[in-house]
Amino acid sequence: MTDASPVGPSTNSSSPRFTWPHDGTMRVPYQVYLDPDLYALEQELIFQGPTWNFLCLEAEIPNPGDYKLTYVGDAPVVVVRKSDGGVSAVLNRCAHKGAVLCFKLRGNITEFNCVYHNWVYDLDGKLQGVAFRRGVGGKGGVGPDFDASKHNLWSLRVEIYRGLVFGTFSAATVPFAAYLGDELLRSIDRVFIKPVKVLGYHSQILPNNWKLYAENNRDSYHASLLHVFHNTFGVVRPNMGGGVRISANGWHHQSYTERTASTDDAIGREKVRSLKEQYSLQDPSVMEQKLELGDRVTNSIQTVFPTLVIQQILNALAVRHIVPRGVEKTELLWTVLGFEDDDAELLMTRLKANNLVGPAGFISMEDGCVGGFVQRAAKADQKAETIMPMGGSGIEPSQGARVTEAAVRGFWKGWRECMGL
Amino acid sequence: MYGALTMAIEGTIGDEAAVRCLIAAFMAEYVHVIDVGRLEEWPEFFTDDAKYRICTRENFDLELPLSVLSCFGKGMFRDRISALRNANVFEPHFYNHVTGAIRIVDRKADQIRTESNFQVVRTMVDGGMSLYACGRALDTFVVQSGALKLSERTVILDSRQIDTLLVIPL
Repeated sequence: MTDASPVGPSTNSSSPRFTWPHDGTMRVPYQVYLDPDLYALEQELIFQGPTWNFLCLEAEIPNPGDYKLTYVGDAPVVVVRKSDGGVSAVLNRCAHKGAVLCFKLRGNITEFNCVYHNWVYDLDGKLQGVAFRRGVGGKGGVGPDFDASKHNLWSLRVEIYRGLVFGTFSAATVPFAAYLGDELLRSIDRVFIKPVKVLGYHSQILPNNWKLYAENNRDSYHASLLHVFHNTFGVVRPNMGGGVRISANGWHHQSYTERTASTDDAIGREKVRSLKEQYSLQDPSVMEQKLELGDRVTNSIQTVFPTLVIQQILNALAVRHIVPRGVEKTELLWTVLGFEDDDAELLMTRLKANNLVGPAGFISMEDGCVGGFVQRAAKADQKAETIMPMGGSGIEPSQGARVTEAAVRGFWKGWRECMGL
Repeated sequence: MYGALTMAIEGTIGDEAAVRCLIAAFMAEYVHVIDVGRLEEWPEFFTDDAKYRICTRENFDLELPLSVLSCFGKGMFRDRISALRNANVFEPHFYNHVTGAIRIVDRKADQIRTESNFQVVRTMVDGGMSLYACGRALDTFVVQSGALKLSERTVILDSRQIDTLLVIPL
């Protein structure tokens, strides 16, 4: 990592030429949230670079031909179940004139068939047919040098781990297991213990650069401070057990909170009391947890660089996929999960617990606006910097203490490494 | 007020125009209470065991059970408002509901089911305005203790996208 590699000539007069101001990631210049040149470079060097990007869950495409539309950064992607049971993913763009091949969010297909000029591809993206290839009545058609094998769809390499489907555009991406590391693979194993089913989707538009939300998820410091409900009703209190795991390279993390004997008695159904004396829940069933994962963790947030978040809050399970929608806008796509074998009672517990999370979540709605608060103020001076001193300047994991910004610094280490900055 | 409505409904249950008019008056009051911010009164439009959900058309059409927000029983309605007042952090904003004509879906001796469209413009305190939500509401009305109440309300948002957050009910 070099200290001050400039990004090529800025085409945007409002953003100064970018250099990372110093070694380390304890300080981050506001320009990273505002610069369209950096945004374009992120597409190439992060989303189409050596990273594994979440595409969908296997449970969403169970049958041959089932597909779902998704995004890898700005790039629209179709992920599809093939007839041999494998999964392929292609850039959702015809190799001819570039129209999207699929425009319904989900469905079932036997081939990719472009509506514009009827070019046809198999589910691996191999070009199968060109309409009027030999012209009509001996006139028109492609020239003699047209080579169909050179006009396949741009396909992604796919790996599936515990039912989570990931894709990468880059040949340089290491296998997923090595990418995440053993310790954080075990954190995925912990949640995906048996087949899941989708309970529904949310889409939340965040008025900020995608990285502000990526940071927010790695920021275990804010949880009990911004989310008053958290602290008040005992999902996350600073004095609860837990810790922060961080991959050796800093890119990925898991922070978790667990009940201990001393905090447990405050969480029983009849005993939920606010730290504010006057404030209690009339119906504390929203805070009930049926222990189902073999531990006493109340809250686990795991990230896979760059844009996946795996969430377990009580019995509310979800994956959140961060999709950049321009420099100052982000779409957060939530896929909310249960297990296939949930009974009616457990389903109701999950549906109630989902009042805690999502765009209207008691303990997550603040994350919808707080990134915008930073975005709004960032413009004052793009060269000025945020500071993240909690837990020192490194990216070491911590046991017990979650009042740390180490995982956020780890994210920026990953960003700098991908961006070569 | 609703006592009078009840008597009118019971007396004119065969008269669809009168029923429609009474429910329209109820809903006018309902959205008024939300739009002017008298949110503590919102749970009182529902029966004690009412079900309320805001969901997206995407989930509704796929028959998926997830809601953006759900309340099962009056305690959860009241907890939503107390969290809004005491715990949740958000920029102050107001709603302006515009509701469409009420379509009577089903009418039995003891309940009426209706469907109506709505649009909500959200105004932030700095003046920024946007079309925040648009969709339809499926409502079930009953008479309880002499008053007209909602026993179930499902608000279906046409768009799956929610801008920033949702904290005030619809």
